[in-house]
Amino acid sequence: MDKTFAARRRRDLIIAAVLAGLAALAPLFIKDVYVQNILILTLMYAALSQSWNILSGYCGQISLGHALYFGIGAYTTELLFTKFGVLPWFGMLAGGVIAAIIAMGLGYPFFRLRGHYFVIATIVIAEIGLLLFQNWEWAGAAMGITIPVRGDSWLKFQFMRSKLPYFYFALVLCSLAWFVTWWLEDSKWGFWWRAVKDNPEAAESLGVVVFNSKMGAAAVSAFLVAIGGAFYAQFLAYIDPESVMGFQFSLLMALPAVLGGIGTLWGPVLGAAILIPMTELTRSYIGGSGRGVDLIVYGALIVAISLALPQGLVSLFSRTKAKGATR
Amino acid sequence: MGLLYGLIAVGLALIFGLMDVTNFAHGEFLMIAMYLSFFLFAFFAIDPLLSAPLVAAAMFVFGAVVYLLIVRFAMRAKANAGMVQIFTTFGLAILMRGLAQFFFTPDYRSIPQSWVGGKTISIGGIFLPEPQLIGALVSIAAFAGLYFFIHRTDFGRALEATREDPGAVALVGIDKNRVFAFGWGLGAALVGLAGAIMAVFFYIYPDVGASFALIAYVTVALGGFGSVFGAFAGGIIVGLVEATTALLLPPSLKSVGIYAVYLLVVFIRPRGLFGSM
Repeated sequence: MDKTFAARRRRDLIIAAVLAGLAALAPLFIKDVYVQNILILTLMYAALSQSWNILSGYCGQISLGHALYFGIGAYTTELLFTKFGVLPWFGMLAGGVIAAIIAMGLGYPFFRLRGHYFVIATIVIAEIGLLLFQNWEWAGAAMGITIPVRGDSWLKFQFMRSKLPYFYFALVLCSLAWFVTWWLEDSKWGFWWRAVKDNPEAAESLGVVVFNSKMGAAAVSAFLVAIGGAFYAQFLAYIDPESVMGFQFSLLMALPAVLGGIGTLWGPVLGAAILIPMTELTRSYIGGSGRGVDLIVYGALIVAISLALPQGLVSLFSRTKAKGATR
Repeated sequence: MGLLYGLIAVGLALIFGLMDVTNFAHGEFLMIAMYLSFFLFAFFAIDPLLSAPLVAAAMFVFGAVVYLLIVRFAMRAKANAGMVQIFTTFGLAILMRGLAQFFFTPDYRSIPQSWVGGKTISIGGIFLPEPQLIGALVSIAAFAGLYFFIHRTDFGRALEATREDPGAVALVGIDKNRVFAFGWGLGAALVGLAGAIMAVFFYIYPDVGASFALIAYVTVALGGFGSVFGAFAGGIIVGLVEATTALLLPPSLKSVGIYAVYLLVVFIRPRGLFGSM
C-alpha cells in the first residue's frame, strides 16, 4: 500500500511537471488572442477550484461563499494600488493574508454549523460582503474601480500589449495551487481533513483537533482564492462588486472541482480544462443572439454531467485503473 | 411582505426541509409560475387570482415530472450526494432561465389590471395593499394546509418515513418515487400559488426567481429544516426584519438585516429556531 501510494504520488508530480511544461510552451504555437484569453481563464479557474477543493473537497466543508475571498483579494489589491500607490504584488499578498484572517474569523462561529446550515451561512456571508461593497462609497460602491493604465511593466503587473505575462502568472498560480494540494494530501493535515470529512466524531476521539484542521483548510483555501482575485482584477483592469463577489463566482469556482471530481487531486484541473473552454465557446458562438441559447446548452450540460458522473470525470480514469488492478 | 416570503418558502420547506433534497431551482419554479399566470392573463384574460389554482395544478405536474426525470437520478448518487443535488438543480435553474429568455424574451412584463392590483383596503385605519393582503391570507392557508397534511395524513407520515429510511419503507410497501414525486409536485404547486399572487404586483422577467430564492432558503433554514411551523415563523421574522432594516439603513442594504439575523440565529441555535434535523 505504502509503496504504491508513494509511486502514485511521484507519478502525479511527474505528470504535473510535464503538463505545466507543455502549457508553458503553448503560447509559442497559439498566437490568437481570443484563444489565449480562454487559456488564461481556464488556468485561473483551475487554480481557484483547486483552492476551493482544499476546504470543500478534502475537508468536506462545502462553501458556496468563496466569492467573498475572491472579492477581498481583488479589492485589497486595487484599493491599495489606486488609493495609496502600493504595488499590486504587495497588495496581492495583503489580500491573501486578509482573506485568510477573515476566513479564520468566520470559521470560529461557522464551523459549529453542519450541512445545509453551513452552506447557507457561507452564501449569506458572501452576499453581505457584496451588499456592503456595493454601498461603500470610498471603494467605488456599485460603480467599482477602474485601474489606471501606467504602461506595461512587471513591477506594476500590468500589460496592455500582450496577454502572455498574464498567461504565465496564471500558469504559476495554477501550478502552485496544485502543488500545495499535492503536498498537503500526504501531510498530517491531509489525513486529518479526510478523517474530519468522513466522520468528525471518530476523528475527534482519535485525537484529531477537528476545529483546528477546519481552520487550517479555510485559511489556505481563502489565501489562494484571494491571490486569484487579485490576478483577475489586474487582468481585467476593472472591478465592480457584482463581477468579483457575485454568487455566480462561488458556484463557478466549485463547478470545475465537482465536475472533475470533488476531493481529488486532478479533479479541478480536469474539470476546468473542459468546462471553461466550453463555457466561453458556447457564449461566443451561440450566446450572441441574446436569447439565452448558451444558457440552455450550458445548463443542460451541467445537469447531464452531474447525473452521469456523480463522482466526477476523474472516476472514469480510476474505474479503468481499478479494473486493471484486479486482473 | 413576511407572509409572502413565507408563501414562497413553504414549497421549499417541503422539498428542501422535509424531503432533504437541495433544490437550487426553486426561484426558477417561481419564475415559471409567474409567467404562467401572465400568459393566462394575456391570452385568456383570466385574472391571476382565478387562475391561481390552474397555475398550481400545472406546477404540480411540472414538479412531479422534474422529480421523475431528473432529481430522482440525482438522489441515487452514492458519493457526495449533496453536491450532485446542488449542481443538478443549479444546472436546471440555468437551463430554465435560458429557456425563459429564449421563449419569453428578457423583457420585463407585468399584469396591468387585475381585480386587486394597486388597490388598498383600510382595516381600522391601517391601509393595506390588497394583493399583499390576499397573499398573506393564502400564505396562512397554505401553511395550515401543509401542516395538516404532514402531521395528520398517511401521506405526510409516508413522506417523513421515506426521508428517514427509504430502504425500510420499501419493505412495508411504500414506493419511494411515488411519495417523493408527489412531494415535489406539492412543493411546486405551492410555489405556483406564490407565483400567481406575486404576478399581480411584481415585474416578470427570466431572472426574477434569483432575487427571491436566497431569501427563501434563508427563511427555511432560519425556521429550521424539517419544521413546517418553523418556515412559517421564519417567513414572518424575515418580513419584520426587512421592514425594520429598511427604516434604519438605505434600501439597497435591506437584505443585510435578514442575513445578519439568520447568522445570529444559527450561531445560537445551530438547527434553526424549530428545526429537528
